[in-house]
Amino acid sequence: MSSRRSTQSGTSRITDDQIIELVSKLRQLVPEIRNRRSDKVPASKVLQETCNYIRSLHREVDDLSERLSQLLATIDADSAEASIIRSLIAQ
Amino acid sequence: MISKGATWNSNSCRIKFARRFVSALLHMRNRNTRPGSLTIEGVRTHTQRIKIAAYLSMAQAVGSRRAWSRAVLSKHGSRARRHSRMGRSSVGLKKTRVIRSYPPGELGQAKKLRQLVPGGKTMDMCSLLEETAHYIKCLATQVKVMQTLADNFSK
Repeated sequence: MSSRRSTQSGTSRITDDQIIELVSKLRQLVPEIRNRRSDKVPASKVLQETCNYIRSLHREVDDLSERLSQLLATIDADSAEASIIRSLIAQ
Repeated sequence: MISKGATWNSNSCRIKFARRFVSALLHMRNRNTRPGSLTIEGVRTHTQRIKIAAYLSMAQAVGSRRAWSRAVLSKHGSRARRHSRMGRSSVGLKKTRVIRSYPPGELGQAKKLRQLVPGGKTMDMCSLLEETAHYIKCLATQVKVMQTLADNFSK
């Protein structure tokens, strides 16, 4: 592993090793790629899958927001708090 | 799902986010007990507000440590508490023009990534990747918490 240069100044050299290290970190996080053989996935594919993953997460947030707003509108205060406590306990 | 190294980080992140988001939801609920809020238009704005509350809560839970959370906070609210921890996060948002060197092979996807990650437009490639990794982790946490809430509300 190359030693990490700190990115304090804007003009520091960004080495290829740093980028490779970060790309491999991303590989671990994106579920699509994690399940494949990691040494066969090129960096561009990793970036593409990352973009897709972020977009799908945004979409899920949208759907969940809509669901939550509908649920909140129709629920009364006491059961709301009861469900919140229930969900926080059962993690 | 819990990897040993990241337990502390993801748990505290999740708990902080859950607390803020839930209190925002309850606050919104108490404000919106008018009959007009059940119209289609009312529900749509309500959805928007919940969505913004979710992103804002997550950014607040992360604080100012990360460039992406700073970008979200400055975009959405001035009531964020700024923690002045400048220790590790040496990547500040540069107001002056930054000379970016795009590595040739990654130009196309990096552009899209910059649009997706908050604050990504002014980052160099290295920081962009770092911020993306953290952003993805937090987004996944956010989705899980929201999912749990939605499941429990509908019981």
